[in-house]
Amino acid sequence: MAQMHMVAALNKALDEALRLDESVVLLGQDIGVDEGVFRVTADLLKRYGEKRVIDTPLAEAAIVGGAVGMAIYGLRPVAEMQFSGFAYQAYHQIEQHVSRFRNRTRGRFGLAMVVRMPYGGGIRAVEHHSESRETIYAHTPGLRMVIPSGPRNARALLLESIRHPDPVIFFEPKQVYRSFKEEVPDEPEYMAIGKAHVAREGSDITLISYGAMMRPTLEAADELKEEGVNAEIVDLLSVAPIDTETITKSVSKTGRAVVIHEGPRRCGIGAEVVARIAEKALDYLHAPIRRVTGFDVQFPYFARERAYLPNANRIAHAAREVLAF
Amino acid sequence: MPRRVMPMKPKVEYLSILDGKGQLDKALEPKIDADRLLVLYRLMLSARRLDERCINMQRQGRIGTYGPCRGQEAAHCASALVMGPDDWVVHAFREPGSMIHRGWPMERILQFWGGYEEGCSPPPGVKDLPIAVPIASQFPHAMGIAWAMKLRGDKHAVLCFGGDGATSEGDFHESMNFAGVYGLPVIFMIQNNQWAISIPREKQTASETLAQKALAYGFDGMQVDGNDALAVYAATQEAVDKAKKDGGPSLIEAVTYRLSVHTTADDPTKYRKQEEVEKWEKLDPIPRFQKYLLDKKVLNAKLVEEIEADILKQVAEAVTRFEAGREVDPLDCFDYMYAEPAAELLEQREEFKAALQREGVGKGH
Repeated sequence: MAQMHMVAALNKALDEALRLDESVVLLGQDIGVDEGVFRVTADLLKRYGEKRVIDTPLAEAAIVGGAVGMAIYGLRPVAEMQFSGFAYQAYHQIEQHVSRFRNRTRGRFGLAMVVRMPYGGGIRAVEHHSESRETIYAHTPGLRMVIPSGPRNARALLLESIRHPDPVIFFEPKQVYRSFKEEVPDEPEYMAIGKAHVAREGSDITLISYGAMMRPTLEAADELKEEGVNAEIVDLLSVAPIDTETITKSVSKTGRAVVIHEGPRRCGIGAEVVARIAEKALDYLHAPIRRVTGFDVQFPYFARERAYLPNANRIAHAAREVLAF
Repeated sequence: MPRRVMPMKPKVEYLSILDGKGQLDKALEPKIDADRLLVLYRLMLSARRLDERCINMQRQGRIGTYGPCRGQEAAHCASALVMGPDDWVVHAFREPGSMIHRGWPMERILQFWGGYEEGCSPPPGVKDLPIAVPIASQFPHAMGIAWAMKLRGDKHAVLCFGGDGATSEGDFHESMNFAGVYGLPVIFMIQNNQWAISIPREKQTASETLAQKALAYGFDGMQVDGNDALAVYAATQEAVDKAKKDGGPSLIEAVTYRLSVHTTADDPTKYRKQEEVEKWEKLDPIPRFQKYLLDKKVLNAKLVEEIEADILKQVAEAVTRFEAGREVDPLDCFDYMYAEPAAELLEQREEFKAALQREGVGKGH
């Protein structure tokens, strides 16, 4: 076991995947010599050479579309989008091909490939570097959409995503890349995609969260704890599919829920979670569900970012309102 | 000197071997044995007859919208003929002859246009990508397959089809760029049929040729008479040989003409003149190639008749098989989405299944 940041844990997973499976190749802009703009691919070019860790020209559609061709030929490409805000230049490839190849060829060409993207705000970045658009991918049939929240699950989910037979969009919460360390086992560890994790057990209210929002959610739970409220926290980890069972089991126990995410509210993951609770666990609810999310506005430039991002205070406030209903 | 013309290593050439009047340049004539020439003739004619049948079937409501290849048989059949079983062919949507040659049963082509995903599933062992409807988005896949070949050290090549309109799309340029940077064994076969629905070639780009677009990416482009099966064959063979010797990518612009509609939903009289079509009718690749084969004694009148009858029979049989396979299970739209479907999807499948039972919908079209 070693203590490490999420960046190091992701790097460890990529290193292990390259070592364990010779068909794994990494491709993306600045991932080789520069080791990735966040250093997620540190040392990998040196260790595995330029046939496995490939610096590409600056063209997102060719990176993703090229990875499609590689996957069809039998490689396991792990493509990096430098920021999720630039993945739209490859979005047509994801929607028209990555998500569809298996189905339209009746299973002849499944695409075992991963597209990694740092997402979300909180790092005082320039325009187009802060959005959370997981909904787009979660809404696209044929994809898996994974969002880890900490070093250990980031490593285990990335390893699983790379060995998974279906295409996975892997969002990395860049706000927590280096914000805290966790114990990460030395030996490869895998976590099933589509399984939520009960990050904290409680009995009074369920806080459903994921990705970078897990930190403020945990802080809010600490605040509530001081007030005598035991919040249960569900970390979704995967937003396509969503682990309905873990959510409804928790809400059935607590009877109250707040859903938290960074992206805009309208048609967000929260809307889907709330709908599932309404369909499966309405009878257990003691109060209306609240959502603490980004608003339906463009993500502000960084001067307003700190104020804008959902925080522990807002989550705790929403929880208190639900509890007081 | 501060200002001079830059020398360019990559070059653009033009190739014609069997011209529109049927004149043969003997010095350039590729050495193709008689059997192979007949394969090519059959292929071009199969594409033509299947094409005609598909248009009829669309008019009769037996398949959906269809995109014909009439006039482009030399461009796509002669190039596909060069590719071996371990090479890959990446299709756009106007290459039925290539698909037939590669081993797709004709009914699969009917299935695609008839509204069945089955038409996108290459038969086992066929190293092709299926019809791609979005313009140019197949180029990155061809490039990626060639990339994987190169990384694996496999001495194969990839042929990728696209049209003149596709050369305006970013995916074309991004793929050409990557192919040039990594020296990938891929041939970009551009069927310049002069029209992207209603937009003529000269409004698609200010470039004098499409072939010259290769220069910007550091490799050779060749413009060929796309209605000249021999020129298309020779140019493709040269590009494939180069690719397999690690010589990198090539761009071939096959200058041809879409003699028919863009699709059966299109009315070309709105945007082009009949005289233009008639001019190109005279350059039809099939009579030109047929005359060459007759002159060469590879074909004779009796054989022409036999081949014609045989192809019509094959098309008719494919139509019968297609019609016989109309009954499919709508429920299987869930079954190929994922290698490992999630519980939530299986739950929806059950919901759909129950709805189908309630609504009395069984298999059928």
